[in-house]
Amino acid sequence: MTSQLFLQQLANGISLGSLYALLAIGYTMVYGILRLINFAHGDIFMMAAYFMIFSIITFKLPWFIAIIIVIIATVALGVLLEKSAYRPLRNAPRMSIMISAIGASFLLENLATYLFTGVPRGFPDIKVLTTTVKLGSLSLTVATLITPFVTLFLLYLVLFITNKTKIGMAMRAVSKDFETAKLMGININQVISSTFIIGSSLAAIGAILWGSRYPSVMPLMGVMPGLKCFIAAVLGGIGNTAGAVIGGFILGMAEIMLITFLPSLTGYRDAMAFVILIVVLLVKPTGLLGEKVTDKV
Amino acid sequence: MLKINDLYVNYGGISAVKGISIHVPEKSIVTLIGANGAGKSTTLKAIAGLVKARSGEILFQGENILGKDTIDIVAKGITMIPEGRKVFVNLSVLENLKVGAYLRNEGIEEDIKRVYELFPILKERAWQLAGTLSGGEQQMLAVGRALMAKPKLIMMDEPSLGLAPLIVNAIFDIIKEINKQGTTILLIEQNANKALKVADYGYVLETGNITMEGKGIDLLKNEKIIEAYLGTSKKSMP
Repeated sequence: MTSQLFLQQLANGISLGSLYALLAIGYTMVYGILRLINFAHGDIFMMAAYFMIFSIITFKLPWFIAIIIVIIATVALGVLLEKSAYRPLRNAPRMSIMISAIGASFLLENLATYLFTGVPRGFPDIKVLTTTVKLGSLSLTVATLITPFVTLFLLYLVLFITNKTKIGMAMRAVSKDFETAKLMGININQVISSTFIIGSSLAAIGAILWGSRYPSVMPLMGVMPGLKCFIAAVLGGIGNTAGAVIGGFILGMAEIMLITFLPSLTGYRDAMAFVILIVVLLVKPTGLLGEKVTDKV
Repeated sequence: MLKINDLYVNYGGISAVKGISIHVPEKSIVTLIGANGAGKSTTLKAIAGLVKARSGEILFQGENILGKDTIDIVAKGITMIPEGRKVFVNLSVLENLKVGAYLRNEGIEEDIKRVYELFPILKERAWQLAGTLSGGEQQMLAVGRALMAKPKLIMMDEPSLGLAPLIVNAIFDIIKEINKQGTTILLIEQNANKALKVADYGYVLETGNITMEGKGIDLLKNEKIIEAYLGTSKKSMP
């Protein structure tokens, strides 16, 4: 193997890992607050890709306006999902809300199949993102190049919000204890909505970058990335934002390296994520950056 | 300040509070004593809007707050320190104080200073996670956090629970001090002896009904109370 190919794949791995990280943050934040695995998160991601197709191909909007509209529409969908599928079950047993999440996921997948048919559609070619740039001997698309920076910037933003702002403080309080948080005058619904707003906007950005990389959009495109990003979140220690990003990087990198070094095993690229998950959980059940337990009775 | 008339509350499928009436005058300490399961906590939760009352009236400064959202009740000036302290263990001590002032925007820095004067230990531990504090320190933090809301009425659910005797004394001293500074206090306790000593007025709650009421000092001398809650009967006294 040439060092050039290796560097090329390294860049691919980092880029794919950052995409996983973007989605994984959404899983981990919702889990941190609601103790809910939002199974529909991958399908929100899928819907965002369709929104992009409509904004650019159907409505012929310029790409920068389309991106803003797609983020807004995806956020609206995420908040609507929480309001209709999760909020009514707030006081129900955890299993009910989990089943509701699975139901919401199937609903979105089937709705998309019904509305947009199962035939894959091409993701709009956003020139700014798909142009190839030469970096020394490497040739990368702009999307591949900027994805890690976008992810790191958004991670910084999310960490800033959760650690340094008032709403972030409320999020952390609510994640520990709903009832006491209410006694502080915190509006629980508002806090939970904010979590879905953050998660969904990251999913929208992820979908746009994903589409520029894998430009085939179909109703089930969110299933595998959704599962993998959930795994990434568990891998990093679910509930921990930075952990989710690390988990995403590990999965993306491992997947690309498997293809690079063991091309005969390419068919197992999806299974890889699960193998890593099992190994890590056997060694460290709370995930890499799993929450330290500081509770004292 | 707080007047409860004929309050009924169902909790967990049973009627936990069966028509009680309580009056908490401004700037006083009123205590509600009773055994486990008498309905004390349920009463406080109903006042705070955490559980819905079935019927009755909860008048706070003349306004019926029954059925209102917890946020609105907190905004009106009622704060509750829940049983078991419930500090946010994943937040620092300072953040716990800030979250106590969640509905306010101004004067927070001065109030933090005031709480630090009352509890110097919290200043020392400001940057530590609340989960690393000892039980007594957590109780102080819970009291400090409640004060940060600048409440007119503080409700305390078993503040002495699980604390060492010395710390319990300190907590009761603080309760008196806060009251002296002008905050009305509604106190729930199983430690009837301590509670009645600091309280201006007391109510005895048994299986959802008030069976006795009176001034703190009078209840302390009451034979039935001595027998049931203070653990010594007159006969066994020398």
